[in-house]
Amino acid sequence: MSVVVGYAKIMSDRQEAGRTLPNVNVHPMKLVTRNLNFWYSNSQALFNVNVSIPERSVTALIGPSGCGKSTFLRCLNRMNELIEGTRHEGEIYLGGQEIYARNMDVVSLRKRVGMVFQKSNPFPKSIFENVAYGPRIAGIRHMGYLTEVVERCLTRAALWDEVKDRLHDSALGLSGGQQQRLCIARALATEPEVLLMDEPASALDPASTQRIEDLIYDLKRNYTIVIVTHNMQQAARVSDLTAFFYQGRLVEVGPTDQLFTRPEKKETEDYITGRFG
Amino acid sequence: MSIHLNRDLENLQRRILALASAVEQTVERAINALFEGDSRTARTIMESDTPIDLEENKIEEECLKILALHAPVAVDLRRVTAVLKINTDLERMADLAVNIAERVVSLTDLPPIPVPMAFRQMTDLTNMMVRDSLDAFVKLDVALAKRVCRLDDEVDRYNRDIIDEISRYMKQSPDHVDPGLHLFSAARQLERIADHATNIAEDVVYLVDGKIIRHHPEAFS
Repeated sequence: MSVVVGYAKIMSDRQEAGRTLPNVNVHPMKLVTRNLNFWYSNSQALFNVNVSIPERSVTALIGPSGCGKSTFLRCLNRMNELIEGTRHEGEIYLGGQEIYARNMDVVSLRKRVGMVFQKSNPFPKSIFENVAYGPRIAGIRHMGYLTEVVERCLTRAALWDEVKDRLHDSALGLSGGQQQRLCIARALATEPEVLLMDEPASALDPASTQRIEDLIYDLKRNYTIVIVTHNMQQAARVSDLTAFFYQGRLVEVGPTDQLFTRPEKKETEDYITGRFG
Repeated sequence: MSIHLNRDLENLQRRILALASAVEQTVERAINALFEGDSRTARTIMESDTPIDLEENKIEEECLKILALHAPVAVDLRRVTAVLKINTDLERMADLAVNIAERVVSLTDLPPIPVPMAFRQMTDLTNMMVRDSLDAFVKLDVALAKRVCRLDDEVDRYNRDIIDEISRYMKQSPDHVDPGLHLFSAARQLERIADHATNIAEDVVYLVDGKIIRHHPEAFS
């Protein structure tokens, strides 16, 4: 390989790796919040959060415990509504549609905005049934189609090769990292547009963590991903945009490479360098 | 901030400042030896380069260790990368001072040649740039660093004047040719030392502001 070709390859790999920000002209904003405020009873958890998340990008939410990042994440598919005494003000748009609009069906919203949690939570069913669960409750009975969905989602979640010979074994027999990838496959089965991840790798060993991070990179070709993480290096590695929350406020949001080399706000600098929090 | 990172950064700062001080002295002594035709000092300068080379390696290893172990970000990352680059610049400056010292030794056996007037001004300016770039690094003084960057053009101007003047002397007498070539070379080394001082000043601006101003002369003001 000539030097020139080698260089071109490196540059194209870098672009492949998605280290450049999605062009907003090509990738329109998938999620937009306007003046979002949120309360748990009388305690305000979010203050005037305005953020725009481009389609097919990875946005990392960072900040100390209790800063509002998980609350913000759960606002994006109205999961907070399951908690009594909560209320919000402001708007959240998914592809231009207000998700709190009266005509918005919450079930279909959560199909469009899937979620993966910190602790993997497979159903006590077979691997196959875990992935087929979403399509099944959506009324799909055709076994051939379900089989195709299960294979496609397990492949996308980088789990297929490891489980294809034991699809009907219990999901609870999988390792922690495999269970988490199964949960991702399960979330993909409803054909979401957005994937919310709340510390998806915090309970995993380094090898499983790397698999999840590689997976996030693969998935962003087709999905918009928002990830909450306490692991700053993980945020730096996997995301295009990073948003720093502190005491319920969005302090700074920007391209990840910029935020980790020259943040604009002192609070961000202090947090990412470990000078507080 | 992690106590371990803090300890390693403090240690790194101590080492780079010690190296900077040693290099600053070497450059100053080389310049003085050139003016005074002091070949004895010049020879000691030539012998004093090895510890500087060794220290450069140690500082580089220290930087790589911090990058690998602590994965620093933001200001901490900028500090380690700035030190990594300043370290190389300092070592090169010391090498150039040694080159000047070698010219001094060579000149002592040759017929005398008039030293151009601009030489003194150029050496004073270069000395000042070296001192100020290192002061700017210690005090994180962006204004002082940018002043150093602006002075580089002046050094280049003196260098051209000196070359013109030495060329004239060489045309006047064949005896001036050999010493003239050594003086040419000394002026060239000085000009390169000023370039490295400018690099250090640019790294100080990056360290403090996070902006890369190299190749952007409009950012020097």
